[in-house]
Amino acid sequence: MDTNKFTLKIPSRSCNESFARVTVAAFATVLDPTLEEISDIKTSVSEAVTNCNVHAYPNSIGDIYISCEILKGNVLKIKIRDKGCGIEDVDKARQPLFTTGGEERAGLGFAVMESMMDTVRVTSKCGKGTTVTMKKKISCKDDAR
Amino acid sequence: MRINSTGEVLTVYLTGELDHHLAKGIREEIDKAIDYYMPSLLILDFGEITFMDSSGIGLVMGRYKNLKKNGAKLSLINLNDNIYKIMKLAGMERLAEIEKGA
Repeated sequence: MDTNKFTLKIPSRSCNESFARVTVAAFATVLDPTLEEISDIKTSVSEAVTNCNVHAYPNSIGDIYISCEILKGNVLKIKIRDKGCGIEDVDKARQPLFTTGGEERAGLGFAVMESMMDTVRVTSKCGKGTTVTMKKKISCKDDAR
Repeated sequence: MRINSTGEVLTVYLTGELDHHLAKGIREEIDKAIDYYMPSLLILDFGEITFMDSSGIGLVMGRYKNLKKNGAKLSLINLNDNIYKIMKLAGMERLAEIEKGA
């Protein structure tokens, strides 16, 4: 079977957070995920896209590129990229509770993604942008029986 | 969102999705109710929340700080599995009483 994929470009408006997570979740349904897996995917996409809106483009509207691909072995790959300000220290940004987002942000975006996806890779360049690549193997329901 | 106050206890029934886009409006309404009713216990009911990400943690942490000024307590009830998972990940049980849904 040919692998399936899509690419999406959306402006960094907060109203698109819900559009992005629902779109990725809909794409993933071909893998027949459980409700919990769907929920994990939606939450992780929401975290990554929110990071673009809050941090990558703090004072302007920029483009967010979302691409998804189904890999061999029932694996969903999600890539979320921006051309925003970039992250100075990625390791620090990934630490739980670290945030530059002010009082109402918990600083748990990356921690949530890490706990819900199998792998989370973050590459960033100051002034150039950030790419978050996440993978999750979707359980085969037949295996569980 | 519905709000119910019985003297000391203020209950807020949250509805819909709780993400970064919608958190600000929800937060402002809850804070307005806290300022008005001055409860000794705030109960946040998540029973009708259909989606939540870490913006929900920010919301809980912010309300906890707000309530603490008057020595009031916070309770989170009717959490579905996903919301419970995120709250536990964030260690919210240290700030609030947490109760899963049926």
